[in-house]
Amino acid sequence: MLLPGPLKGMFRSRSGQPGNGTPLHHNPVGAKAVMRNGAAHGESSTRPSRGLEEFFGQIRGQSGLTILDLGGATQKNVNFITDLGHRLYSEDFLKILHETFDADGADQSNPGRIEFFLKQTLDYPDSYFDGVLVWDILEYLAPALLTAVVERLQRIVRPRSYLLAFFHADDKQELVQCYSFKIDGVSVLEVGQQGMRRPAQLFNNRSVEKIFGKFDSVKFFLTRDRLREVIIKA
Amino acid sequence: MSSMPQTRFEPENRGGAATVGKAVKIVGQIFSKEDLYVDGEVEGTVEATEHKLTIGPNGIVKASVKAREVVVLGSISGNVEATEKLEIRKEAKLVGDIKTARIIIEDGAYFKGSIDIVKPEPAKAPPKPAAPAAPSANAAPATAGAAEVKR
Repeated sequence: MLLPGPLKGMFRSRSGQPGNGTPLHHNPVGAKAVMRNGAAHGESSTRPSRGLEEFFGQIRGQSGLTILDLGGATQKNVNFITDLGHRLYSEDFLKILHETFDADGADQSNPGRIEFFLKQTLDYPDSYFDGVLVWDILEYLAPALLTAVVERLQRIVRPRSYLLAFFHADDKQELVQCYSFKIDGVSVLEVGQQGMRRPAQLFNNRSVEKIFGKFDSVKFFLTRDRLREVIIKA
Repeated sequence: MSSMPQTRFEPENRGGAATVGKAVKIVGQIFSKEDLYVDGEVEGTVEATEHKLTIGPNGIVKASVKAREVVVLGSISGNVEATEKLEIRKEAKLVGDIKTARIIIEDGAYFKGSIDIVKPEPAKAPPKPAAPAAPSANAAPATAGAAEVKR
């Protein structure tokens, strides 16, 4: 069913409540993500994004902030963020994930490999970033790695800064579309289809809240397509 | 007319740039006062502050780099300062922090690091010779005051 635009945001403040992410669906072989080029590979479309609007709304009027983009460097994102006067850090998170775990079938619960992965991707001082564009990467992380990544994210962002994450709305799929996200405007995203990929976990709203249990708040935006947008306040 | 195939030795068009060939490895510091094309390996530092530096598809640079313009088709591990423009082409890889006035990243390029956009300072106009009959705005009240004293 197509919903008529973003309907509402649900805001729940859970300051100080710890919790562990309990995914609705855990794919036991998720550690070995499967990339498969689908027929729609390479297609892209633009969509309004309330989450993006909210993310940039929180830093409106400020410049010289430090923003981390975990989706890899794209011309549009670089232009948009640097034109606002911010410093951009770019990490191609999924590429490093693939190189660290998938390439040789390593287990995403291996502590040594997790530490190595964090060193590769999120090795920054505490409270370093004023915002993180997380996009949809968390769905490709098995529970142990996900917990470690979220803990690290919480450390490297400043208090009261924001993260923007995306989750598929359908939490019962074996394979999901993998996306690239390019910022077309303060509330418009170009979403490119990168082929099908097996998620390590899929989440409903409650399990998303649990993942970010140590953060200050989680705000959901319903959208008319298959992606849920989530703003997390540190 | 001979049927023998002719062997042609033509230098590749680098636009007149000095070239580090793909079979060359340099460890140390490079200072260039002309455009430079690196298709080999360099470890250390590369400076061509007034010129264009191109890292060719076979180029592997593990160095900090400073140039007016930098074009990357190969690989750089190190910080890059390009006063005018930096281009990271498809298939290229750059790991390091960037300072530049303008950046172009093609889809398919790999970049890890930070980007600082540094707008170039506007060119300073040459100082004009002082016109004795035209007092400056700051001097105007004093002139007016002097006139009042005369009254």
